Amino acid sequence: MSQIFYKTVSELSDLMDSKELSSAEITKAFIERTKSVEDKISAFISYDEDSAMKAAEASDTRRARGEKLSELDGIPVGLKDVLAVKGQPLTCASRMLENFVSPYTGTSLKMLEDAGAVFWGRLNMDEFAMGSSCENSAFKKTKNPWDTTRIPGGSSGGSAAAVAAGECAVALGSDTGGSIRQPASLCGVVGMKPTYGLVSRFGLAAFASSLDQIGPFARCVKDAAILLKAVAGHDPLDSTSVKVDIPDYPSLLREDSLKGKKIGVPREYFEASGMDAEVRASVESAIEKCKSIGAEIVEISLPHTDLAIPVYYIVATAEASSNLARYDGIRYTHRSKCAKDVVDLYFKSRAEGFGEEVKRRIILGTYVLSSGYYDAYYLRAQKVRTLIRGDFERAFESVDLICAPTSPTCAFKVGEKISDPLAMYLNDIFTINVNLAGLPGISIPCGFSKEGLPIGLQMIGKAFDEAALLSYAYAFERASGLEGRHPNI
Amino acid sequence: MEYEAVIGLEVHVQLKTQSKLFTAVEHRFGAEPNTLTNSVIWAFPGVLPVINYEAIRKTIKVGMLFGCKIPEITKWDRKNYFYPDSPKNYQLSQYDQPLCLGGGVEIELPSANGSDMGEHRVVKLTRIHLEEDVGKLTHFSSDSLVDYNRAGIPLMEIVSEPDMHSGDEAFAYLNALKSVISFAGVSDCDMEKGQMRADVNISVRPKGSDKLGVKIEMKNMNSPSHVRSCIDYEIRRQIDCIKNGVPLVQETRRWDVQLGVTQTMRTKEEAHDYRYFPDPDLMPVMISEELKAQIKAELPEVPFERQRRYMSDYGLPYSATSVLCHDIELCSFFEESLKTYSKNPKGTANLITNDLLREIYSKSESEEDSSDDFESVSEEAVKPSHQSKLAECKVTPENLALLVKLGDDGVISKQMAKEVFAEMFSSGKNPESIVEEKGLRQNSDGGELEKFCIEAMSKNQKAIDQYKAGNAKAINALIGPVMKASGGKANPAMVLEIMKRLIG
Repeated sequence: MSQIFYKTVSELSDLMDSKELSSAEITKAFIERTKSVEDKISAFISYDEDSAMKAAEASDTRRARGEKLSELDGIPVGLKDVLAVKGQPLTCASRMLENFVSPYTGTSLKMLEDAGAVFWGRLNMDEFAMGSSCENSAFKKTKNPWDTTRIPGGSSGGSAAAVAAGECAVALGSDTGGSIRQPASLCGVVGMKPTYGLVSRFGLAAFASSLDQIGPFARCVKDAAILLKAVAGHDPLDSTSVKVDIPDYPSLLREDSLKGKKIGVPREYFEASGMDAEVRASVESAIEKCKSIGAEIVEISLPHTDLAIPVYYIVATAEASSNLARYDGIRYTHRSKCAKDVVDLYFKSRAEGFGEEVKRRIILGTYVLSSGYYDAYYLRAQKVRTLIRGDFERAFESVDLICAPTSPTCAFKVGEKISDPLAMYLNDIFTINVNLAGLPGISIPCGFSKEGLPIGLQMIGKAFDEAALLSYAYAFERASGLEGRHPNI
Repeated sequence: MEYEAVIGLEVHVQLKTQSKLFTAVEHRFGAEPNTLTNSVIWAFPGVLPVINYEAIRKTIKVGMLFGCKIPEITKWDRKNYFYPDSPKNYQLSQYDQPLCLGGGVEIELPSANGSDMGEHRVVKLTRIHLEEDVGKLTHFSSDSLVDYNRAGIPLMEIVSEPDMHSGDEAFAYLNALKSVISFAGVSDCDMEKGQMRADVNISVRPKGSDKLGVKIEMKNMNSPSHVRSCIDYEIRRQIDCIKNGVPLVQETRRWDVQLGVTQTMRTKEEAHDYRYFPDPDLMPVMISEELKAQIKAELPEVPFERQRRYMSDYGLPYSATSVLCHDIELCSFFEESLKTYSKNPKGTANLITNDLLREIYSKSESEEDSSDDFESVSEEAVKPSHQSKLAECKVTPENLALLVKLGDDGVISKQMAKEVFAEMFSSGKNPESIVEEKGLRQNSDGGELEKFCIEAMSKNQKAIDQYKAGNAKAINALIGPVMKASGGKANPAMVLEIMKRLIG
């Protein structure tokens, strides 16, 4: 029997049902695991053992009474520190919110609570979800469990690393331009960004409102499906959430789902400069694997691909500059102690509270919205965004899904790109389009580099057809034979 | 050279809705600071706005009453600026796709003598849009406090064209807005409670010129009459500047009520770049034909239309309609009364606009010791309007109608009617029982009155002679003693008739 902390959600749930394990024992196992590896991984910004154990005991009481709430009842779930749970810290990995405790619980978190999940810890991230390496956290640098000299990816690096290292069973992250899929790829786990509007954003500290989505991290597709099912659904508190029926994703997973399906492979993605040869080879062989289980492979074109990064860094920064204006030193954030007047208070509190990357993006976003520049930048970017969306719409007229790399490289060394923001931005080249188009995307492990670093395959599906996308990913996962590989920590 | 002023107003009106514009929090005036808030109002990380459709409906209603075009689609924009009264440091507003476009507001200018109907004209509107109100700052010597109770209250901004030319026009415009909007039940428009706020844009140019002068914006006026005084002052100041060669600069000035002057607040150099962009958290709102039809069906008659109808259908004098028709409660009181007795609308209107309002005002003044000091906008200083008093008034429309009828039927005299009305106001009893209890019934017994008349005539031959000689007024000297002899109850019309017959 494998260690408790590497079991899947279904396995753990079965063990609780058969009374072989209690939630308290499971939660304790994750707490112990966390304590034993955290000095190497640094995935958590904070955790609260007592509240986790209390939740676990409450779960055990429910089960004993035959009142199990869901398959997630009693399962320790890690939360990216950008999600609001009443009474828990909510730092966004920023000095600005270092001492902030959320007075309310967001919708998807409430849904998880109602499903009986045990919240285990606040996971590290790039400050306000801005970054691709987790190095922009104000508090700590999370390490990649497969090689602790390397970054775990970002911004949800803590979530990816914690799931990969067995510090929690599954975790939630958020994805604005690849912040779930890229770290999932780099840490060898499954990470999914749902269709924009599937999961409520109420309770997700906003980075770029028109791009942000909450999504699951898991060690297998089925666990991701279980977690997504628990948090998806229309929310009257989020005007951008969409009224769609949420199918029972886990029960719809089929090993043969790729049979007879057309997979589109975007030519532009493989022509991108900076793609690592090993990554390319691994993704190409993954696509071959799909073919071997019945899929048809067709080359497609997404002609506006090269515009995605400029468009993203206009739209996302513009929205961020406005979204982050509330962190001002007036009400609940860091407040400078040496301000002379109100304007000085704004300047000093924000200068002290925000890190370099956040400031860079606020300045960029403020600039592109400024009078005289709005039409040339923001408005134009929105028009190009429509073109990018159109690329995908046309592609999906003839294919069932699109396969591509998740990230152009494997995990890079800590500090390698920190002084070169443009190189860092290029890391999201394959993921950003999917956010701009609002589509669902999933990253699944598809191989390892010679150095033993994980490589991820990205599958992109049709809007609100998560059931199909998860099923395709499941079919590939089964065929790949990579399940059950864990980092050696 | 002659100069003319060009004036445009931006008027903010708080909507009377159950909850705030983007979240389910109650709003009302005068609650403990920061009690009408929630996570959304505080702008905690992760909160999102949700539109209150009632605010949209109410704004469309006002737009329709002013003849605005209601577009098929409207959207929300963020107006970005840092100030502690704004929790998000952006205000949700509408930039280029407002809820209402164009339209106009009918206003009435004062007439020369004040008692006739003045000239009517229409002030053109640019647009009406919806936005959220901000919190309220109170400054102390070393720090400031902020109250977010007001933050997020739905606020309708009514923007006029630069289509007015005097303080009087602006005054009439504000009163017309107030009258229509309160008729529609959209807001009470109480300027002292901040439910209605006006910013004025004003410039002066040589008469006949089609170029606009330097635009000056003015703030901090909390009653229509302050707006009028401020504009009158500012027109004089700007003309003086031009005449004396002092250059005018585009700036924002505030009205100092105490000194009766305007003073510089900020100049254009400090003007904001609001970096408007569409709010990504809210979807654009589609306004269906169905919704428009629904709202249209609920539209009330606007006050000036009602006034014209009262004058033509009921033959009411302008003076009475100008009091009645700008107050929905008085109108419904009047119309309720007519349901009980409809033969004398004029008498009914007079009783409401004279006796009833006089009693209500004198009562509220003696109780509240109110002053006309509108400067301090504190809860205590706010003068209760007669609207709330009308609801508490013991006189019902039915009883008021019965009183009119008693007079018309000759049961009581005008003098008696006043006495009965005073009793109705204080006790709430119906006029018939007051007449009974007080024995106020008018004496219309022909035989008895004739006896009184003969008695009076026998004592004053001189008056009879004078009357016969053509002095019509002399007859009053004979009627007086009859009234006295009857204990004031003689029906004056009958006495006069009998007296004339007896004298021959």
